[in-house]
Amino acid sequence: MAASSAAAGTAAPQALTAAPTPAVTTTNVEGVRAKVLIRPKQGILDPQGKAIERALPALGFDGVSNVRVGRLVELEADDPDGLADLCEKLLANPLIEDYEIELDGETPQTPPPPES
Amino acid sequence: MFGVLQFPGSCDERDALLACRRVGDARLVWHEETDLEGVDVVVVPGGFSYGDYLRVGAIARFAPAMEAVAEHAAAGKPVLGICNGFQVLCEAGLLPGALLPNDSLRFVCRQVELVVESSETPFTQGCRAGDRLSIPIKHESGRYFAPPGQLDELEARGGVVLRYAPGQNPNGSVREIAAVVNEGGNVMGLMPHPEHAVDPLTGSTDGLRIFASLAAPAAESEAARISA
Repeated sequence: MAASSAAAGTAAPQALTAAPTPAVTTTNVEGVRAKVLIRPKQGILDPQGKAIERALPALGFDGVSNVRVGRLVELEADDPDGLADLCEKLLANPLIEDYEIELDGETPQTPPPPES
Repeated sequence: MFGVLQFPGSCDERDALLACRRVGDARLVWHEETDLEGVDVVVVPGGFSYGDYLRVGAIARFAPAMEAVAEHAAAGKPVLGICNGFQVLCEAGLLPGALLPNDSLRFVCRQVELVVESSETPFTQGCRAGDRLSIPIKHESGRYFAPPGQLDELEARGGVVLRYAPGQNPNGSVREIAAVVNEGGNVMGLMPHPEHAVDPLTGSTDGLRIFASLAAPAAESEAARISA
């Protein structure tokens, strides 16, 4: 099963985009870097946050409460206008999660220096 | 004819196929298929479709076969989602609500008792309201959730088909909900696995009652009647 899941993991995202996306860092693309912050909606039990909160005093961290755990998706997008749609339909489930999109500005045009 | 969907990462499609074959003909439907011609009942099985890496059930709704399933559902024909299949149907908007991680954060795997809330569906027409079914569960994200207003609406129209028996809620599901049906009455999702309870060898044959209900000649007309 692991093999078929891995294969699907690579296949499925391709089916989601209208056209194959070139590697952003190596081409002269007018893209932006963005962070998508996804968190459980207020009022919805977040057992992961609760478990962390419960463990904190025993680990020596006092005075911390209302711990809630979400996830952060960092990405680069050619068209930032499409990000809301991406979040609504795929990255988040609006029934149970809130999301915020934070644009980081222009993607650096030069590729990062090669690792030694 | 039952059509059992198979996504990469599905793992209960074989048991579902075997369960269906105890009451009728059945075949697998690969996720890339777009033609459900000849299929009367669609079963979306359990497992981890496409790995479930992002969020349970989130990717499968984009599968080519799911468009055909949506058309099948729109035509009033029965669709049964089991476990991951339930999660997929919620993500696809074919059922209300969502499935969240269990309140215990643990993967739970055990036999549970379910109470039949409604026998007015093609999935439970072989049961009576109040019947108890012994069926196993095995999941990590089975906590049914819907906003309170939506829940009231769901209850008011008889959309809750199965509940966990008192004291047996294994995952923190709101109002002990184990199975819900859509407004048309022809799409049902449940977290328990009826396909694993069809042989005395595994302790219970109660799951067979769901498949037998679907195989009964009235299944389709019943769904049509409810949606009418």
